[in-house]
Amino acid sequence: MLPELGTFLRFQMQRHLQAALRRPSDIVGPLIFFLMVITLFPIGLGPDPKILASLAPGILWVVALLSSLVVSGRLFQADYEDGTLEQLALSPHPLAISAMVEVFCHWLLSGVLLALASPVFAALLSMPSQAIPVLMASLILGTLCLSLIGAVAASLTVALRRGGVLLSLLSIPLTVPVLIFGTAAVREAALGYDPSSWLALLGALAAGGCILAPLAIAAGLRISLEA
Amino acid sequence: MWSIVHKMGSPPWFYRFANVAIAWLLPIVLMALVVGSIWGLLIAPPDYRQGNSYRIIFIHVPAAVVALAGYYVMATAGLMSLVWKIKMADTAMRALAPVGAALTFVALVTGSIWGKPTWGAWWVWDARITSMLILFFLYLGVMALSEAFDNKVAAAKACAVLSLVGTVNIPIIYKSVDWWYSLHQPASIKFTGESAIDASMLYPLLLMIVAFYGLFALTVLLRMRAEVLITYSQSAWLRSELS
Amino acid sequence: MLEDLLRLESVDLDRGARRLLTGVSFTVRTGECWQMLGSNGSGKTTLMRAISGLTRLGLEGRRVCTESVLYQGHLPGLKPLLSCRENLRWHGSGRISDNAEKIDAALKQVGLDGYEDTLICQLSAGQQRRVGLARLWLSEAQLWLLDEPFTAIDIEGTSILEAQMQRHCAGQGAVVFTSHQPTSMADLKVLDLDQYAA
Repeated sequence: MLPELGTFLRFQMQRHLQAALRRPSDIVGPLIFFLMVITLFPIGLGPDPKILASLAPGILWVVALLSSLVVSGRLFQADYEDGTLEQLALSPHPLAISAMVEVFCHWLLSGVLLALASPVFAALLSMPSQAIPVLMASLILGTLCLSLIGAVAASLTVALRRGGVLLSLLSIPLTVPVLIFGTAAVREAALGYDPSSWLALLGALAAGGCILAPLAIAAGLRISLEA
Repeated sequence: MWSIVHKMGSPPWFYRFANVAIAWLLPIVLMALVVGSIWGLLIAPPDYRQGNSYRIIFIHVPAAVVALAGYYVMATAGLMSLVWKIKMADTAMRALAPVGAALTFVALVTGSIWGKPTWGAWWVWDARITSMLILFFLYLGVMALSEAFDNKVAAAKACAVLSLVGTVNIPIIYKSVDWWYSLHQPASIKFTGESAIDASMLYPLLLMIVAFYGLFALTVLLRMRAEVLITYSQSAWLRSELS
Repeated sequence: MLEDLLRLESVDLDRGARRLLTGVSFTVRTGECWQMLGSNGSGKTTLMRAISGLTRLGLEGRRVCTESVLYQGHLPGLKPLLSCRENLRWHGSGRISDNAEKIDAALKQVGLDGYEDTLICQLSAGQQRRVGLARLWLSEAQLWLLDEPFTAIDIEGTSILEAQMQRHCAGQGAVVFTSHQPTSMADLKVLDLDQYAA
């Protein structure tokens, strides 16, 4: 009997999370990367807390973006190499939805964790604490957008030999709006103004991405399977 | 009806069309470029604020306009290749990407040249030029993706998907950069012609824009024709055309 | 009741810009077991992938294929960080089952009883292939498309596999497979790709 879509998706999610949690270094690694790169900024710019505080929203967001790029490279790689992607493509369930489950699990274990850990990094850069909730909110919405963009680029480059650099090349221009809205939200909050319009824009990007990205991702994966 | 569209997208038909189109376009574009350049660079009056240094807009603005339009043409070709499987659409995309990238580069360099006497710096991060830079990156991405695939058919499809994704994003990028710029520089004077531009400058500018569109079409057709010549060099129909 | 599970009519096959095969036509009915033959590079794997629907065929020609397909290609299709049992809960192409006894029985058939909870990454390449083949005892798909199923399988495994394939054909299924090794199966239909070479 063919299982219905809901059961299949729940099964997929369970598999992804189960496999991911068996290798914790894959999850913790990007967070350590984030921490180390943040540390480079005071070393490079000097330890003056006022300078760091004024630059903090931008630094945190740029580093979040870079972490997201590094992690997106692995998104469909494993499934492509071990043949599970082929089986997903051949199953009667829409590839777009199966792929979105994968992106969602991936975002849970990368972007959401980053957002939850961000207060620590904000403190390292002397960011005013009134901006921290907004930082977390902007990172949750923003990393979802970044994961979606990374997934689109990953779906096109998964079959290529040195696809990693190319993935960054393709993703970065598309992530500029997310960066702009995210940093604007945090900066407004740090200055004491209302960041809700910027957060709403991030939400709109995330919502639009969730609807349109699956089409591109499924198309990209099928092209990669053909290559 | 689709058979007609497919026939138009077939290499033999395209080759004959390209020969005719190029023969007509070459003299017209050359003439338009020469007339437009002389008019803009020599005849039009100097700007009361910027003097003669503003004249670079006669190259900068057409290049920027056509570069942006070119991306949409490339995405349309991608759509035609992906959805309707028109053969020449793949060739069109491969031809369009470097030309668009080159035009964007020209727009960036001329923008920089304009910036030096006007604002005193070789690069100023204003909204328009920042958006142009991102457009340049988008073009480079399509070119890099095309090179990276061994399988040319898959490469064309991947570039089609990428350029369609880019098309959806370009308005978002332009708008967000606009807001970013106003966020960081609240009261700035717009140096480009948002205000009424005098007719003596407008007409040569329009002529140059048309000329650049023609130049774009000409270059793309030449590249496409060259690719057809290379790919089908052994085929019977091409040999009969050439002899 | 005999039905056509797969029908190809005058199909052209490309790999990239190169045409591999022209005018391939063949039909697979229930109960038939087909072996696809062809020299290296003739397009066996590409054609198998095209039949399964992973890649697209040329514009000309028709492909009609049943939905109930099991495809086993060169890649095992198993997640390395999950155990054999966890992997086989999903026996390819979207079908999942929680029947632990059936899974254990299938693993026993391919000679891997005792390895149910071993992670795939801890198995040898040959053992991994066998876990993938265990799907053949679990799947309810009608048409099996197997690309080089006998690779890295020993003689005993080969006869077990051949028996399972023939049992499947006898029970209203059909099999299309490629192989470099000679096979001793009876009632085998052969598709020789060299006759369709472009």
